[in-house]
Parts: sequence; structure tokens; C-alpha cells
Amino acid sequence: MLTDLYIPGDSLLHRARPAWKLGVLFLYCTSVFVISHPLMLAAGLALVALGYGIAGLGPRDAFTAIRPALVVLLIIFVAQLWLETLSLAAYVTLRLMALLMAAALVTYTTRASEFTEGILALLSRAPKWVPKDKIALAMSLVWRFIPMIRAQFDEVREAQRARGLERNMLALVVPLVVRTLKTADEVAEAITARSLD
Amino acid sequence: MTMRFDRVSVTKGTREILSEITLSLNEHRVGVIGHNGSGKSTFLRLFNGLEKPSSGTVRFGETEDDLRHHVGFMFQNPDNQVVYPMVEEDLAFGLKSRKLPKAEVAARIERVLSELSLTHLKDRLTHQLSGGEKQMVALAGVLVTEPELICFDEPTTLLDLRNKMQFMSALSTLPQPAVVVSHDLDLLAGFDRILHIADGRIHADGKPEDVIPAYKALCEDLDEC
Repeated sequence: MLTDLYIPGDSLLHRARPAWKLGVLFLYCTSVFVISHPLMLAAGLALVALGYGIAGLGPRDAFTAIRPALVVLLIIFVAQLWLETLSLAAYVTLRLMALLMAAALVTYTTRASEFTEGILALLSRAPKWVPKDKIALAMSLVWRFIPMIRAQFDEVREAQRARGLERNMLALVVPLVVRTLKTADEVAEAITARSLD
Repeated sequence: MTMRFDRVSVTKGTREILSEITLSLNEHRVGVIGHNGSGKSTFLRLFNGLEKPSSGTVRFGETEDDLRHHVGFMFQNPDNQVVYPMVEEDLAFGLKSRKLPKAEVAARIERVLSELSLTHLKDRLTHQLSGGEKQMVALAGVLVTEPELICFDEPTTLLDLRNKMQFMSALSTLPQPAVVVSHDLDLLAGFDRILHIADGRIHADGKPEDVIPAYKALCEDLDEC
């Protein structure tokens, strides 16, 4: 779900209520994960493909959704192949890919502000002490800051590469964490300045 | 409307950042200059209530408690000010606490984007905008709230010459009074009043033609600036 951002459009999925999309996504993921049967997986993959078609998205968008997880998917596939069988390795990997693509489909077709409204709708029956607005805002901010943190990571990596430290995890992680925390402070301040406490 | 500082001090731990500042501002354009760490950003943050005085009072007209509903604030880095993934959503975000009808929110967004010639950015993803575009979107985010005064904290530091000129042009057409903290003395040259802050105090206060040359002369002595 966190792999990429909203792709503007006017399809049925773009217009669907965010709370419904999140609810269907939850049901889809639970079903595909709990019902371990190849037919279920095939149906799940077909449904995702249908969803991408309805949303006017193509295979490239689906691939973009799984690209950041390719290494993890490969490790899982090899581990399953080593421990179990080829068919099980393929099944487990394809199932994860289906979940990632389904989650990305919701992201692709839902604006952050609609997502906020969706979360607020889902939390509408939560007890009063639950800070609904703050939870919804925090979730929405994730959308905005994934590309920013990604860009900051690239900048830090470039800087450390220039110093010959591109393989030093400490040299990569420490500046990134410091910058991210500093950014978080500044963003919180900007939100306050925009009269949203 | 006049912004009044009455014996305002700001202390952090044992360090006094601002000391006994007393002044009234009602000029259309006010510039604030001073070396790094002089207290000018803290001074600016008092306008919007981002910083609370340790002693003394800050008033905008008769208002003392609810400054940020009257005073807009633009930060140096628009990346930290633009918080939503899409331009239109981000502009609407600033109006959320005002509980305005949707039609009013949409109308304000359309009007501000049109005034700043940014209508073409309405459906763009904010992280894909250039630095100059982000700065203008951040300005639009302030303007939709219809502030009576706008504070700018080093607004041109991250901009190239072209974007700086575009920003200066937008600034010159804003009807609201503005207070601008900047190291960019060209930007402040045509302002109505310049405050030079040093060591947490108002070191000089007057017309740009008086204050800026004196500040430059001071900067030539590196120990002083």
C-alpha cells in the first residue's frame, strides 16, 4: 500500500468510497491469506488484474507496486524453495505479490484526503477518547512523506558515496534518522502554524 | 492593524534569546535582518504564536491569544510546509480547522491559484513540483486562510534567481502587510521599514536606506557580523 502514490483518474474505483475500498481490501487480504488454496490464489490474482483494468492502470503500475519488495520476494522464494518445494515457493511468493498489488491499487485510486475521510468513517464508532482526527492525519501524512524520505535517503547515499562510505550502514542510517526527525519537528510546527493544533 | 510588542523577552534555559523588545509595527512591508543566531527567527515566530514570550505581551490589534488565526507564516523550506500529496488537498488542509462549507473551500482555492497563476498545478503531486513551484504552493496555502498579516522566514534562501524573481513579484502584489526575515538585502531594499536584530535586541530600526548600509558596514568587520 505504501509503494507509490495516487494516480489521478475518474474510474469506478477512483470514485468508490474510501471506507469501502479499505474494507474490501481488508476482506481480500484476509481471504487470500487464510484460504490456502491455489484456486483462491488464482481468483485473487484475477480480481487484482480486473481491478487494475477497471482503474485504467496497466502492468507497469502493478510492477511499480511490487518493485520495492522484489529483493524480499526473492529471498522468500529461495528460502521456500530450499526448505519446501517449487510449487509452494511459487504459491507463497505469488500470494504476497497479490496482496502488495491489491494494497497499491487502493493507494493508486485514493487521494490522501479521501483516505483521511475513509479512516474517519471507519473510526466513527470508536470510543470518544480515541483521537480520530490525529490518527487520520498521521496516516495521511505517510503518503506525503514516503517520497520525501526516499529522496532524503538518496541524498544521504550520494553524500556518503562521495566520501567512500556507501557500504557503511551507520553512515547511511544516522544522517537519515536525524534528518527525518528534524523534518518531523518542522512539519509539526508548520501544521501548528496553519492553525491545526 | 498594528502588531505590538510590549517588553517581550524569550528565554531558553539560561540563555536569553530576545530581551525586552518593545515596538509597534503597522507598515506594509517590514524587513528583519541580523546575523545567524541573533534572535530574528524567534522574533518572527512570536507573530504567529509559534513562540510564546517568557515575559511581556504580543498583540495584533486587540488579539493576544489567537494570533495564528490572523497571522500567516511561511517557512524557509516549503517541503516541510506542504503536507499533503496533492496541491489541491494541501490548500484545503489549511482550511480544515475553519469548518468552512466545501463550496467556499473550493472557491478560495480556485481564486488563490488563479491570483498566483498556479491553476495548472491544482492536480499535481506536491513531491513532483520544482523548488520554486513548491514555494508558490506554500504561499498559496497561506493565502487561502486569508490572513491579515503574513510572516516570511527567509523565503528566497532555497530559490534560484528565476524563482526568486517570481516570488518577489508575488510578494510585491500581496495586499496584506508582510514581515520578512531575510539575509537577502536586495529583497528588502524597497521595504518601508527594516529592523536589525543583534544579540536579542533591536540594534537599529528605520528606513532601508539607513539601516541596510549600516548593517553592511558592520558585516565588513567579521567579528561583528
